[in-house]
Amino acid sequence: MAAADRPVARPRPVYLNLIAIRLPLPAVVSILHRITGALLFLVGIPLLLWFIQRSLASPDAFEAAMRPLKTPLGKLVLFGLTWGYLFHLLAGLRHLALDLHVGIQLAPARSSAAVLLVLSVVLAVAIAVRLW
Amino acid sequence: MVSRAQISPVGAHYGLGDWLSQRVTAIVMIVYTVLFLGIVLWHGGLDYAAWKALFSGNAFRIATFVLMVALLWHAWVGVRNILMDYAKPMSLRLALQIAVICLLVAYGGWSVQVLWGGP
Repeated sequence: MAAADRPVARPRPVYLNLIAIRLPLPAVVSILHRITGALLFLVGIPLLLWFIQRSLASPDAFEAAMRPLKTPLGKLVLFGLTWGYLFHLLAGLRHLALDLHVGIQLAPARSSAAVLLVLSVVLAVAIAVRLW
Repeated sequence: MVSRAQISPVGAHYGLGDWLSQRVTAIVMIVYTVLFLGIVLWHGGLDYAAWKALFSGNAFRIATFVLMVALLWHAWVGVRNILMDYAKPMSLRLALQIAVICLLVAYGGWSVQVLWGGP
């Protein structure tokens, strides 16, 4: 092919209006995987270490460490982290399946993303109900 | 002899290792999670005495240490990927990566303290 016949690179349209953009479900799962991962790193790890350290100190400290978990804010944080952990874990399992070329076509990838979103919430609610 | 530059002229060549270590560390954490939930359910929930006894066992301490190494390694690969995508200016990315490394090392030291620093 002569150089003149080659398609010339034209400026591509860029459409990144974050309000108007509509992400497909697998993309929602992908970005939530990142967001939950970042939150588990920044909030989950220190809270968990703090909780374990305090709770092991003495029977009284154990009770004291449990007390914030019974307040509405504590319950909200615990629920959020539980959901975040479950979602991140399940999204990781889906990722491993995709690596093995399981469910890699568009239709199953879409439905597994939907199942993942619903299942993570259902499991987190089930754990919350069981705890309280 | 084929040099690295001939295979691929670009990249730092740690992509495959990162890809694999992210999956291996994930599986280590899944195994730990299942074992931990099994222990808790086996006891039917943990009171202070059982909780304390669990963290006094050497096998459990070492298993938890392995978990923490896997977790911190996994977090490093993941957070660095995020920074590579969103923190474009080199100086900003370097500063954030240094902050993340400091935090990871701090978490690691804290974990050792929690596991072996008790009375």
